[in-house]
Amino acid sequence: MLRFILTRVSLIIPTFIGITLLTFFLIRLVPGDPIETMAGERGIDPARHELLRKEYGFDRPILVQYGIYIARVLQGDLSKSVITQAPVLDEFLALFPATIELAVCAILFALVIGLPAGILAAVRRNSIFDHGVMGISLAGYSMPIFWWGLILILLFSVQFDLTPVSGRIDVLYYIEPVTGFLLIDSLFFSEDEGAFRSALAHLILPTIVLGTVPLAVIARMTRSAMLEVLGEDYIRTAKAKGLSRFRIIALHALRNALIPVVTVIGLQVGVLFTGAILTETIFSWPGVGKWLIEAIFRRDYPVLQGGVLLLGIVVMTVNLLVDLAYGLINPRIRHTR
Amino acid sequence: MALVEIENLSVEFPTQGGIMRAVDGVSLRLEEGEVLGVVGESGSGKSVTMLALMGLIPFPGRVRADKLSFNGRDLLTISDKDRRKLTGKDVAMIFQEPTTSLNPSFTVGFQLTETLRLHEGMDRKAAERRAVELLGQVGIPSPESRLSAYPHQLSGGMNQRVMIAMAIACNPKLLIADEPTTALDVTIQAQILDLLMTLQKERRMGLVMITHNMGVVADTAKRVMVMYAGQIMEERSADDLFASPQHPYTAALLAALPERSEGGRLATIPGVVPGLYDRPKGCLFSPRCAYATEHSRHVRPDLRPWAGGHIRCHYPLGDPNRNAEIQHDHPVGTEAAS
Repeated sequence: MLRFILTRVSLIIPTFIGITLLTFFLIRLVPGDPIETMAGERGIDPARHELLRKEYGFDRPILVQYGIYIARVLQGDLSKSVITQAPVLDEFLALFPATIELAVCAILFALVIGLPAGILAAVRRNSIFDHGVMGISLAGYSMPIFWWGLILILLFSVQFDLTPVSGRIDVLYYIEPVTGFLLIDSLFFSEDEGAFRSALAHLILPTIVLGTVPLAVIARMTRSAMLEVLGEDYIRTAKAKGLSRFRIIALHALRNALIPVVTVIGLQVGVLFTGAILTETIFSWPGVGKWLIEAIFRRDYPVLQGGVLLLGIVVMTVNLLVDLAYGLINPRIRHTR
Repeated sequence: MALVEIENLSVEFPTQGGIMRAVDGVSLRLEEGEVLGVVGESGSGKSVTMLALMGLIPFPGRVRADKLSFNGRDLLTISDKDRRKLTGKDVAMIFQEPTTSLNPSFTVGFQLTETLRLHEGMDRKAAERRAVELLGQVGIPSPESRLSAYPHQLSGGMNQRVMIAMAIACNPKLLIADEPTTALDVTIQAQILDLLMTLQKERRMGLVMITHNMGVVADTAKRVMVMYAGQIMEERSADDLFASPQHPYTAALLAALPERSEGGRLATIPGVVPGLYDRPKGCLFSPRCAYATEHSRHVRPDLRPWAGGHIRCHYPLGDPNRNAEIQHDHPVGTEAAS
């Protein structure tokens, strides 16, 4: 077990180097620099531009810049945003709860609907329900997130006026961040009754938009894993024992079908953060995704480099945890060293 | 009253190429405490017959019979709920691949106590005590510590013992063993057969031994049913069948036994069991039969009483007139023509 964890952790190092290389060089390939973007359309006097470039160190050879950046990162310093002058880590920590809140709701939404749908589709294979679930999930999987988000806004917010269009909570409420998770803060630490409802209402559409792709993947994966398991010899044994159909499906089959599904859920965490960047932009959700997009537009090199690196670490950690959980549900892995 | 009565059972599976008849007009009776051997090649319908008795024919298979009863209960009209009370309790089954027949995600103890808690209404403690007893009875060393083992931690032989313990947990009146030793080492095969026979005698339970191994039948069964392409070809007492087989197919199966080989090459039966598309019009065995005639290729023989048992053949080997009859019917088989 310890060896397994150490092997996995040692794999983080090359991934880590890869992320720094990619973010560092890719953003510098984009024309323009932070100073030009700050100056905006008025332009900037070339002499002053040169002076500022020197001040920020952008005039040095690119490899030297990379070396300095890596040296700082290794000391735990992700440096400051060129635009706001606030430390990147502080900004990330302030915004990350909003992203987690959205991501957790999205994955829960995907699980609560995707798992039962996949199971039922497998049990009633080739039925109308099965074809329906598979068709809808294929459509959901293929749907561009930004388009799906706009359609939902047009339908539920604009046409029926059921849900708010953007943001995390109504402007009427101000919630002092305690945990940073608005649902929790508004429910337990706010006097305002309506605050929680408002926070919840703001979550609905982003959750659906961000959860659609994972939902489709989970439903399809659950179905195919279930179908495979239902054909196994031990399911015949369970039937031969006289167990009820429900017990066979919900216990004997599902326990085994969950093994590949859990892996897929782990992989979806990465997809979720990618999706969060789009979803947060559509719904003006003040999270890490929107922050990164703005960093790209402003050529805010430190924010982009630091933010992507931190997200990368989160994704790797979650995947490690998922792999550990994998051992919990799969005894064949638990006992092999 | 017989323990099992099956009359004219047929099991069909619709496939894209048409209807596949896996079991075709099988009838059998089994008395309490009787040991029946069911023999046949792969695809002869022997397992499917027993799965039909257990109610385990997978969708979209169709089961039809004039009579299908167990211990006086009509299995054709029984509700699913009542049927589940029988399966696993009064009728139990063990399978060919012990390792894949046990659920890899649950401990041996869980899988064993599950049956006891369901059918006998035992609480966890009592079921565990009984499970330890059962594991001891099937010859598993240090049974207490095995309760928490997973199937992948045990050998194939041990897993088959666990399967047997699970099957006999509720003292079934009938145990169906579907090729219980095929996947095991030869040394372990004998142990498992011994165990099954000991348990059968102790508990006086009916035992159906499905196998393609004539040797296993010789060691265990009192009565033998030989199946081919979903039909019963011959059925009689084991002693008679081994001494003087009446059906050419039985004779060919026996001749293929290494023990019976008279030096030289081992005898084989040329050809394969007919499938969905090449099912013969006449006797199902006629394409491979050494004594086939024009008559047997066009007219399917009925199962008829013969020499203390039953046979489905126009020309039983023990029939004194058979040579004359074969000659009269235009022989086409290799033996008969010569």
